[in-house]
Amino acid sequence: MKYKSQKVAYWFFGLCMLLFALQIVYGFIMGFARIGMDGLHDFIPFNTARAVHTNLLVVWLLTGFMGAAYYIIPEEAQTELVNVKLAYVQLISLAVVGVLAIVGYHFNIWEGRKFLEIPRELDYLVVVNVLLFLGLILATLYKGKRKTTTALVLTMGLLFAALLYLPGMIWFDSQVTDSFFRWWVVHLWVEGVWELIMGGILSYLLIKLTGVDREVIEKWLYVIVGLTFLSGILGTGHHYYYIGVNKIWLVVGGIFSALEPLAFLGMALFAVYMYHKGEKSHPNKIALYWTIGASIVSFVGAGLLGFAHTLPQTNVYTHGTLVTAMHGHYAFWGAYAMIVLAIISYALPNMTGRKRYNNKFGHAAFWFANVGMLGMTVAFGVAGVVQVYLERKLKMEFMDVQNEIMIHFVVLLLCASLFATGIILYIVEFFKYGKPTDEALVVAEA
Amino acid sequence: MLSKSQARSFFLGGTVVTFLAFIGLTVYSFKPSNDQSNHSQIDKKVVRGKELWESNNCMGCHTILGEGGYYAPELTKVIDRRGEGYVKAVLQSPVPWGPRGRKMVKYQMNNEDTEALIAYLKWIGKIDLNGFDRVVSPLAKDKK
Repeated sequence: MKYKSQKVAYWFFGLCMLLFALQIVYGFIMGFARIGMDGLHDFIPFNTARAVHTNLLVVWLLTGFMGAAYYIIPEEAQTELVNVKLAYVQLISLAVVGVLAIVGYHFNIWEGRKFLEIPRELDYLVVVNVLLFLGLILATLYKGKRKTTTALVLTMGLLFAALLYLPGMIWFDSQVTDSFFRWWVVHLWVEGVWELIMGGILSYLLIKLTGVDREVIEKWLYVIVGLTFLSGILGTGHHYYYIGVNKIWLVVGGIFSALEPLAFLGMALFAVYMYHKGEKSHPNKIALYWTIGASIVSFVGAGLLGFAHTLPQTNVYTHGTLVTAMHGHYAFWGAYAMIVLAIISYALPNMTGRKRYNNKFGHAAFWFANVGMLGMTVAFGVAGVVQVYLERKLKMEFMDVQNEIMIHFVVLLLCASLFATGIILYIVEFFKYGKPTDEALVVAEA
Repeated sequence: MLSKSQARSFFLGGTVVTFLAFIGLTVYSFKPSNDQSNHSQIDKKVVRGKELWESNNCMGCHTILGEGGYYAPELTKVIDRRGEGYVKAVLQSPVPWGPRGRKMVKYQMNNEDTEALIAYLKWIGKIDLNGFDRVVSPLAKDKK
């Protein structure tokens, strides 16, 4: 750690750990409900559990991105954060908005739009919070001694993510129009600007961990984020095939979404190639595991599994089934959760001055979580394919099919237990590191 | 060999071109002549139905137009499949609906709200879904 103000990132990462743990708890509530164990239905019905599960995912990832920015930007810009106190205010207000939203979901206070359930009143607070965050980051960059491509790509991703939140706040009388613009937020986040954020963090980590020349890494970063937008923007069309808009999206969405895996393939090749090219052997191997792992798993989860059902001829059968849940889980895990865990794994020893990396707990956390998530993805996939066949080919009733595929959710829960064990180990490690200290400045520079 | 400035131009150029194309296609999609949703038939009742749909987060369990929670049945064609009477009974049920073991939240809706939600579902059921309406099953049409 080179700048004292980078310590603020620790508290964002701490909030991340808390929200991630809670997200998993609600995931289990949903999993058990699917096998008929819905004893909590009167207090936490499925729609509440789902809203909490998905919104916590979005919020903890955004919290992680913000923490990453507070850690990376001062170092890239070679200056202290312009105002640390305001960063803490931003953190607390973010946590308050998150808690209010989650509590509200238990009392039927929501918008009921997938992924964007936060009620409108809280949306305005989100906007204020994000403006404060962006103000701090942009002012730090402006004040800084240098403006690197890594910092610019990361900031551009965060800025666009904020702007793209706005279309989701507009009311439409038509479900079709509502759905159309909801994807401007959700798709253009996860298959667009969030990839810029991922690319920025990945680039920073590769520079630090492999020792490859910054110019080389940043050149390829431009190519990858270029591929992301080239395919991802018009690839939004794969959400428009069957929601009641023009057929032109079947062609446009089909072609461009089929190209989307290229960006993830580029990301995976980029990370693996830089790792082999690098002459530096960084001692923080666990951060390297998460970093390279993120690039590879994101290619499989977001790229390959997305491609598997993105063509209109396939999607007409898989649209609205558990096949989407299969792709969604592995894509979010690989592309975003793993990259946040990577930057945390890299930053923690630097902020606390404790070189606890490479212990058995850390490695066990990585493998348990990854094997567990892979198993969950397979369980969702098998359930989804069976659902497609029984429901959409054999025309069986929805609930009859659900009862047929219940066994796959038992498997899912077993794999989720392994995954949760990995995450618990990761969180235990996080707290074992202790709090950040100014002494770490000396350690890092020594 | 590709230079960094060429890579930057690829990124910026590609982004601007595809974004402009995306905006153009969005405008094209919402031209009245390309409407597939019977937009003119959206009246106050349908709008109220959409408000109820959202304020109760029905999408958290059900799917509509193929989007939602995958936990409860797809409702795009529910009026066609089940009829208004069945839907009304579900919405006004004094106990959590769950004839096949998966419980629904007990809504006990009044007549006005029930009619609004049915109007909304009727409007949804008439949208041209580019062929998906024939796949999302089981449909009353397919059974005949």
